[in-house]
Amino acid sequence: MSIQNRESFLNNVADQLGRKRRSKGVTRPQYSVEPQWRVFEGATQDELVDKLEDQCRVIHTHFKRSTMDTLTEVISQSIEENDGHAVVAADDQRNDEYGLTSFYENLHDEGVAFHLWDPSSGRENVHFAERADVGITFSDVTLAESGTVTLFNHQGNGRSISLLPRTYIAIIPKSTLVPRMSQAVRHIHKAHADGVDVSSCVSFITGPSNSADIEMNLIVGVHGPVKATYIVVEDM
Amino acid sequence: MGIKIGNAPFRDRVQEGIENDFMRGAVSSAQGRFRSGRLKAAEELGDWEDWRTLGEEIRSHTLQNLDFYLEQLSEQVSKRGGKVFFAQTAEEANEYIQNVVKKKEAKKIVKSKSMVTEEIGLNETLERAGAEVVETDLGEWILQMDEDPPSHIVTPALHKNKEQIRETFASKKGYKNSDLPEELATFAREQLRKEFLSADVGITGCNFAVAESGAVTFVTNEGNARLVTALPETQISVMGMERLVPTWEELDVMVSLLTRAAVGQKLTSYVTSITGTKQEDEVDGPEDYHLVIVDNGRSRILGTEFQSALHCIRCAACINVCPVYRHVGGHSYGSVYPGPIGAVLTPLLDGYEDHKDLPYASTLCAACTEACPVKIPLHEHLVRHREIIVEKEKKSPKSERMMMDGFAKWGSHPAAYKLSTKMARKALKPWTKDDVIQDGPGPLKGWTDVRDFPAPSEQTFRAWFKTRQKGGRS
Ligand code: SF4
Repeated sequence: MSIQNRESFLNNVADQLGRKRRSKGVTRPQYSVEPQWRVFEGATQDELVDKLEDQCRVIHTHFKRSTMDTLTEVISQSIEENDGHAVVAADDQRNDEYGLTSFYENLHDEGVAFHLWDPSSGRENVHFAERADVGITFSDVTLAESGTVTLFNHQGNGRSISLLPRTYIAIIPKSTLVPRMSQAVRHIHKAHADGVDVSSCVSFITGPSNSADIEMNLIVGVHGPVKATYIVVEDM
Repeated sequence: MGIKIGNAPFRDRVQEGIENDFMRGAVSSAQGRFRSGRLKAAEELGDWEDWRTLGEEIRSHTLQNLDFYLEQLSEQVSKRGGKVFFAQTAEEANEYIQNVVKKKEAKKIVKSKSMVTEEIGLNETLERAGAEVVETDLGEWILQMDEDPPSHIVTPALHKNKEQIRETFASKKGYKNSDLPEELATFAREQLRKEFLSADVGITGCNFAVAESGAVTFVTNEGNARLVTALPETQISVMGMERLVPTWEELDVMVSLLTRAAVGQKLTSYVTSITGTKQEDEVDGPEDYHLVIVDNGRSRILGTEFQSALHCIRCAACINVCPVYRHVGGHSYGSVYPGPIGAVLTPLLDGYEDHKDLPYASTLCAACTEACPVKIPLHEHLVRHREIIVEKEKKSPKSERMMMDGFAKWGSHPAAYKLSTKMARKALKPWTKDDVIQDGPGPLKGWTDVRDFPAPSEQTFRAWFKTRQKGGRS
């Protein structure tokens, strides 16, 4: 049985609310205010990139720009800056389009161990990610206001890639920028209404991990990545 | 440990808090920093009052239709391969989780910070069942080693300084380095990585579940909730039954209010939404997923004048502005939930009997109400608690009534009086669910029959509080 004790539990809730049980017919009210849509309203894509750059200073994240042509160079630099001897990356449709497939293949020649996430090798992926210095993924939706990359994790983009390595690098196509979380969730909400299953894990990632648990000192780098680099790519 | 922490009388707990100089310094500077962070974030967001109004409307609509949204949530989780268990009481929740753990023959369980599992005393149950439970939030991990209860809901180890933490690491884990926070954190990272990788079961709380699609969302900075949900094969999320939103669109608003009000961040480092089991072909994520929805006294608050207490999103903003919390610290409340919200919620969940001092641990300055991102009228709830306590005691045996005189006096303090007339309360509203609440959910371990309240002749909380202030130690 996949749902247990529901009826008595919900009947009691309805009782306490002093009415009959509601199983259908509830719709969201028209809220009296909706301030979320006013944030960066009407901003151009370029303005959103600037906002993102500003926010990166707040969230301890390196911010870089590239074109489609210079992308691999910028990634290569970033790997070097972060002492990347072992790199794991998501298997993303965009890898070919952005020239990353051959770039990744050639990393071996430069003495960098590389692993492309591959469901067929099972837990091995996680073990590699655990030992890797750098994890690389594309951002699916990027939130300018908070400096957040959104990942719809899937079989080619395991949760561990952006989580276990010491450094996380996000490739951010300029076209993925939106003002804030509101646009990203509206997309998910609509897709769900259209019958598309939401991914089993949606990760909103804002810079490296941190904690203020010891005497309220900000410590950057706790359980997740210690460092983060965002590379915005001119794709439009 | 259950909602109630320890058996020391309120007075002694307060005294302990006052005597702990480091703790008071830490609390007071933390309050200042949280507070300015919140104000800055609110200002940056703009339209803060509109955001609060929206937050309140969302919470209120959700609670009014709680049965509908919980049903939808459970359908969705089940559709995505998850199992859903509705637990009326703490025991039911503990028993279910214990059975899952036993069936898996789990030796090691990793947990990320969760107040509801503290409330139901889950760790003790699991340990009794022979499993090792590792708290992975840095602050909680430190406390667990020292067997200390948390003192703040966002930074639970607020009362510990770094030398104490270094000593704990050294004596319990053989740590050899300095007391630099970075070095301490690096050590914790290494130690806990091993735990994550070898755990059989992961347990989390839930900040908000999304009814429309069955997503369960965690809001963290350290990344431990991500590790807990990515690595072990079995995952159990435990949620208080009120912690959900209708759709992803409301999730945005509630998360934005939470992170700003709690830590002054636009978003925390990680907001992670997981839905059911991992999909076919996915490598990481749970194969076996359980969502446990806990009532444990909450439904008794529904339909009463205290219903809005269930709107709470546990951001701690009210705690961070509270002058009483500043002086006495989190442990004085003797509850998993400290500060103004703790003073409102604890008597509702656990009965007045053990917690009737709590509504008096307030100056009724209304700073909490003003700070609350979902506009819960906290100080008004506190006034109502006092009225109810005083009213109740009139009907009680004489010996008890004498003891309660002290409370009556506090309750009739000018500030309280002014406030209640301001709210035009001519008569006490009938407290319909009175008796049920007084019985309390009471499934709680560490419960005793000893009643702890200050004798009437003692200095009152307010008088005491004033002296403290005059003493100039803040
Ligand atoms: S009562 Fe309001 S301010 Fe206090 S923790 Fe709950 S939501 Fe935050």
